[in-house]
Amino acid sequence: MNANNTDDKLEKTFTRRGFIKGTAASAAVLAIPVGSTDASVWQSFFQNNFHEMSPEELQDTIHNLAKKYREKYQADFTIKTNGPRPDTLFGYGLDLSRCIGCRRCVYACVRENNQSRDPQIHWISVLQLKKGEKGVSDLENANMYYAPDEVPEDGYFYMPVQCQQCENPPCVKVCPAKATWKEKDGIVVIDYNWCIGCRFCMAACPYGARHFNWGEPRIPKEELVTETHYLGNRPRYRGVVEKCTFCIQRVRDTPGRYPACVEVCPVGARKFGNLLDPKSEIRYCLEHKRVFRLKEELNTSPKFFYFFAT
Amino acid sequence: MIRPARQPLTVLLYLATALVVLRGTGTATEELPTFFVPPPPFSEGIFPCSECHADMEVNQKPRELTEHTEIAKSFKHSPQQRWCFDCHNPDNRDVLRLANGDLVTFEESYKLCGQCHGTIYRDWKAGVHGKRTGEWNGKKLYRLCVQCHNPHNPRFKAIAPMPPPDTPLLIHNQKHSGGSIRKNPLGKIE
Ligand code: HEC
Ligand code: HEC
Ligand code: HEC
Ligand code: HEC
Repeated sequence: MNANNTDDKLEKTFTRRGFIKGTAASAAVLAIPVGSTDASVWQSFFQNNFHEMSPEELQDTIHNLAKKYREKYQADFTIKTNGPRPDTLFGYGLDLSRCIGCRRCVYACVRENNQSRDPQIHWISVLQLKKGEKGVSDLENANMYYAPDEVPEDGYFYMPVQCQQCENPPCVKVCPAKATWKEKDGIVVIDYNWCIGCRFCMAACPYGARHFNWGEPRIPKEELVTETHYLGNRPRYRGVVEKCTFCIQRVRDTPGRYPACVEVCPVGARKFGNLLDPKSEIRYCLEHKRVFRLKEELNTSPKFFYFFAT
Repeated sequence: MIRPARQPLTVLLYLATALVVLRGTGTATEELPTFFVPPPPFSEGIFPCSECHADMEVNQKPRELTEHTEIAKSFKHSPQQRWCFDCHNPDNRDVLRLANGDLVTFEESYKLCGQCHGTIYRDWKAGVHGKRTGEWNGKKLYRLCVQCHNPHNPRFKAIAPMPPPDTPLLIHNQKHSGGSIRKNPLGKIE
């Protein structure tokens, strides 16, 4: 797998370079910020794709971003750019025999990741499924609007769905701007300053996990989270796509914190850790529980594993 | 969190004392790592139990109680109803007693539960049953079994869900994306 990865990476680097020179540059011409005299607008227009920047360029970019956020939100943002740590491949486990469908994860995610409240964006959707024969096979008709007084409801189980962090992500392949890619630690990320909003990735994602900012994102000032990562929870813009990043701004810290959804889950159904560490709880799940992945037949190879502990 | 009546105070307590280190005594055969657990979720004023029990005569006989009546009334744990001394220690009420006679503190009540729920206990130690917070590659805070399960009536309590997503907005969005409507993220575009 390792050797494969490296080859894959090399190949991508080559094709991407060529591609960007040719296509993305001309596509971007449409959006030239005519009439603006603000240097930083131009700077961000010519800004390289995040993972091609030199350390100096990166620092500049972050500085400018923080300045713009300050103007827009009257708040001081920290924008981290720390990369993947060595020997780490993140994986996630979700115990369907515990999940009660309370949606605490949905809202903890909204909060931690500065998702727009209105228009509403939720990176996590919780599906309610009937227990029994069909079970996990009838996903397409599952209800996500259930609203009883209390959960769980008799005869149902619940399945939260979010970005599955595919090893083989179809969304990445279709992006004409190469604004989304898979990092070495397995997290699929988006550079919101490079996304051109074409939404090909949304059509390509079999899990409905990507979300588009149809309007200007709105977040109550007192609920802004200002501790951010460039590739994660920093505020987005109208016209860009966003999705779960396993809380990249938390999990890449040293030491790494658990994602917000893991910490909030009252039943402890959510498990997270390093797939390369045999002592991690995610490895324990893989080795002791019968796990399955969504739409396995598509060969997307998610690093998001579902299981029934009992 | 799970016993709603106590929620706000207990949560505050967790935060304040989150990093109290409690060392498992462990037995010779069993190698337990150090678990970080929040303090036991006692109701206010009940601990130390010895404040009342120290001077009380011990009555081992199962009977109708005049104290702790809520516990006795709602007691529901396993088909053959148990008596208090399956878990509590008659001689010193401030600690719990295992079947083999070993005493454990309330900070280690998981060892008590683990006697009868072996598989779950194993999963819990691995961080898979129950929950951990903190650092995925560093310090982790566990939850005691009794933080989620009332030991006297352990069935996990139902709770109110948070609001469902906005439907009208979804439909509005999908109009923009070419009139497609999905029932949910995994649904077919119709
Ligand atoms: C299955 C084991 C078990 C049995 C049986 C049991 N208890 Fe307990 N009890 C516990 C544990 C464990 C705790 C500690 C809970 C905590 O950490 O908050 C506890 C806590 C208590 C408390 C303190 C509760 C509070 O409000 O904080 C009282 C009082 C009590 N038990 C009385 C009883 C009585 C009376 C009986 C018999 C009717 C009984 N227990 C049977 C395990 C048991
Ligand atoms: C306010 C005083 C008080 C406190 C504090 C108290 N108890 Fe009790 N408890 C009593 C009394 C009185 C009885 C006897 C009731 C009866 O005989 O009807 C009793 C009975 C019990 C019994 C039933 C068996 C027996 O001894 O008769 C258990 C078990 C018990 N208590 C456990 C606890 C535990 C555990 C704690 C601490 C977490 C605790 N109690 C704290 C007053 C108290
Ligand atoms: C002396 C043995 C014993 C001890 C000690 C014990 N249990 Fe149990 N527990 C049982 C039995 C027996 C059942 C019933 C199993 C069943 O119905 O399948 C049960 C059931 C349960 C259930 C399922 C309840 C339900 O209705 O779904 C939970 C949760 C539970 N125990 C938690 C605990 C916790 C927490 C502790 C420690 C405070 C504990 N148990 C200590 C024997 C024990
Ligand atoms: C973070 C909360 C949490 C903690 C901590 C926790 N549990 Fe559970 N436990 C659950 C939930 C949720 C269920 C599923 C309950 C349901 O379906 O009603 C469950 C189910 C159970 C069951 C029922 C059998 C089963 O597999 O469904 C037992 C027994 C049990 N737990 C014992 C324990 C013991 C023993 C511990 C400590 C070693 C523990 N639990 C710690 C949340 C927790």
